[in-house]
Amino acid sequence: MGTDFFQYAISGLTIGAIYAMVAIGYNAIYSVTEIINFAQGEFVMLGGLFAVFFAGTLRLPLYAAFLCAVVLTGCIGLAMDRLIIERARDTSVLSLIIITLALSIILKGGAMLWWGKDPYSLPPFSAGGPIRIAGAVIQPQALWIIGICALIIVGLTLFFRKSIYGQAMLACANNAGAARLAGIPVGHMVLLSFILSALIGAAAGVIITPVSMMEYDRGALLGLKGFGAAALGGLGQFFGALVAGVILGLAESFCAGYLSSGYKDAVALVVLLLALFLKPEGLFGSGEAARLKKY
Amino acid sequence: MIMAASQSNGPILRLECLEKRFGGVAALQGIDYEVPGGVIQGVIGPNGAGKTTLFNCISGMIEPSKGRISFEGYRIEGLAPHKIARFGVSRTFQHVALFKKMTVLENVMLGRHPRTRRGFLAAGFRLPGMRAEEEHIRKKAFEYLDFVRLAHLAGLDAGTLPLGKQKMLEIARALATEPRLILLDEPAGGLNMRETEELGDLIQEIKKLCVTVLLVEHDMNLIMDISDRILVLDFGKVLASGTPAEIKENSAVVEAYLGMESGGILM
Amino acid sequence: MGKKNWLILLGTAVFICSFPMLVMKIKAVSHYVDVMVFAGIFTLVCIGLSLLMGYAGQISLAQAAFFGIGAYTSGILTTKFGIDPWIAMPAGMILCGLVAWMIGVPALRLRGHYLAMATLGFGVIVNIVLAEEVNWTGGPSGMADIPTLRIAGYKITSEIAWYYLVWGIVFCALIFCLHMLHSRVGRALRAIHEEEKAAECMGVPTSRYKVRVFMLGAMLAAIAGSLYAHYVTCINPSSFSLMWSIRFMLMAMVGGMHSLWGALVGTVLMTFVGNEWLGMFAEFEILVYGSILLVVALFLPGGIVSLASMIARRREKRASALEDAGP
Repeated sequence: MGTDFFQYAISGLTIGAIYAMVAIGYNAIYSVTEIINFAQGEFVMLGGLFAVFFAGTLRLPLYAAFLCAVVLTGCIGLAMDRLIIERARDTSVLSLIIITLALSIILKGGAMLWWGKDPYSLPPFSAGGPIRIAGAVIQPQALWIIGICALIIVGLTLFFRKSIYGQAMLACANNAGAARLAGIPVGHMVLLSFILSALIGAAAGVIITPVSMMEYDRGALLGLKGFGAAALGGLGQFFGALVAGVILGLAESFCAGYLSSGYKDAVALVVLLLALFLKPEGLFGSGEAARLKKY
Repeated sequence: MIMAASQSNGPILRLECLEKRFGGVAALQGIDYEVPGGVIQGVIGPNGAGKTTLFNCISGMIEPSKGRISFEGYRIEGLAPHKIARFGVSRTFQHVALFKKMTVLENVMLGRHPRTRRGFLAAGFRLPGMRAEEEHIRKKAFEYLDFVRLAHLAGLDAGTLPLGKQKMLEIARALATEPRLILLDEPAGGLNMRETEELGDLIQEIKKLCVTVLLVEHDMNLIMDISDRILVLDFGKVLASGTPAEIKENSAVVEAYLGMESGGILM
Repeated sequence: MGKKNWLILLGTAVFICSFPMLVMKIKAVSHYVDVMVFAGIFTLVCIGLSLLMGYAGQISLAQAAFFGIGAYTSGILTTKFGIDPWIAMPAGMILCGLVAWMIGVPALRLRGHYLAMATLGFGVIVNIVLAEEVNWTGGPSGMADIPTLRIAGYKITSEIAWYYLVWGIVFCALIFCLHMLHSRVGRALRAIHEEEKAAECMGVPTSRYKVRVFMLGAMLAAIAGSLYAHYVTCINPSSFSLMWSIRFMLMAMVGGMHSLWGALVGTVLMTFVGNEWLGMFAEFEILVYGSILLVVALFLPGGIVSLASMIARRREKRASALEDAGP
């Protein structure tokens, strides 16, 4: 019984790390622009499939494939902002939602054309069989996932605290008008947020592919669950996304283990709905902000 | 045109310890004030004094951080705006918020909403009584349009009207809700002298209907002319209150605000 | 109801009534009647969506889920409990109305993207439940042998009979919505669309009305689902997926949201595009839908209907300019 619990906990932590990364991607864009990027999940999908292309078709070493995939997806994020979002920034909330939704469908459709409907896999980052800790079986890839996620979190924290770009982004998130007056090019910060969000999403996609494979239509569900984490943690709350992602991952894993594996996808979604209805500002957000935006 | 008469004998509006903070900024700090029924209550103060925030709290668009707002003895702070409108409080907006793609008549007809009842099902199935209610709404709307002398423009789109007439239309719409208290937010903004005079006459007419008027204005002549009482706000606090004559004499007010505002010309 | 709308309604009715007779003579397009049955069913789904987007300024990605709940409610009640289809249909409708109310009340108090995400999540949950509860729903392979409808003892089996039944119901829904829009409630909805704060201060309970519109859309989708179930007689969860919700949204947008006629035009057009002209390009379907959605959202958010009124307005301006120019 105890080993089962530990097993589920580890796999919950692993998938939770992925959800946290997707949630951070949402937060990056939302905090600077107040847009919910419905295409966030597709960044994850593209990261994984691009890595398969670089590693499988072009036979690059894994670390190179990782970097190339992440950079290429970042370029897609760049294109998305420059070509579409920038043009549409003054339209209504409704139109923006539809635009990012349309973009997510286009990316999915394009992926289907190129890679077909089959799932693809990547070799794990390090060779070697499963590790046994306290009676539980852990794939080495799971440790890579948790490790890389932690690395990204640390990197982002440093970026936002020390780098001038990071602080400029935070300023825009706080008050875009004042930031503009202070000379910060808000348009560039928006672009940066899209690129950052794409990079993080792609990284998540690459590291999860060796464990659970990747196919053209995984983006939607991953994106939705990642948004659940973002909403639960509080939109725009960096730390909240991390905590919520882990909570979500654990909840899903325990449900799959102890209750029913068929409904495991529903767990994250039910949490999403509960979060939206009971505490829309999330665990760490401010109620005043969520209510002020009502009008 | 008969307005519902005020129920109580006490003040129609009472503000107690009213406070509103936005993050670290205090827009309103501890406002205590009473407005008796049937008067024209002016509210003046420099920009940022908290006048719009006050209006937004009373009309329900914002919830105060602390304190109480009582309308005819009932607590209304924190209620949804549409409920407050049903109670009998209506308002106009600083930047005219008309329904520009609807006609002049339709804008005023919308004002009848809180006094009418038929809902989705009655409308969709065209239940009996719908037509009669529509006719009644139309008739009342024309009365209010007559009151502001815009009836001849009833069929035009509201967005095509010049600013002066738009302001009058907004007042007609607010009156159509049959309020006992109406909040006018800088109605003279952008009006020329003649239009401002007509506005002043109109507000006096509104007072004759037993509707209490709360008037935020920057036009000193208008305020001094028609107000029965004036409340002066500064930095979210009550600086002074009294009759126009008393306010003109008040040295603190003159120093902080009046002298600079009207270029030193006091009537 | 305005004279203009009565005329359009009449014209559309005439066209719809005569369409089968025109089309059945020509072999190559005689199956268009079948396509139009689906178009009519989908129109019911899109009417409510159009109203929600146009007047409440919100997106629902759960229309396919409500469509599915209606379909499966009819399917389950008729096949497993032998209940009369005409009683099962309102049951599905009431269920969807209730669910829409439960989701709408919290979600519609908040900003635009909350309902979008909530309906997205809800839609996927419904899909999962439909696929998992094998005992009730038949799981991923779905359920079959759903009886067709009867009116006064006569079975409705021919395409033409279904055509007139479905479009008859569509017209009833259109008339209901037109009456609603040209009333006190419709005025309030238009006010909410233009200046929500001002409408609220004039006594319009904006959140409550938005919820009612959402419920209306859900209930119409439920009726559509029941009709669909009895028409195709076998249903499975893949017809009620997120992609379908997006398709419905596309239909409403292409035609022009916040116009009932837009919902009609857009749905019929996109149904034909999907069935007929995209048939050979099945792999491109997703890409094409996404591209159309993007183009419409960026360049023509008012849809086809707004294009029509833009042309009309330009003609008016030219006419009055010519008048002003003098003899």
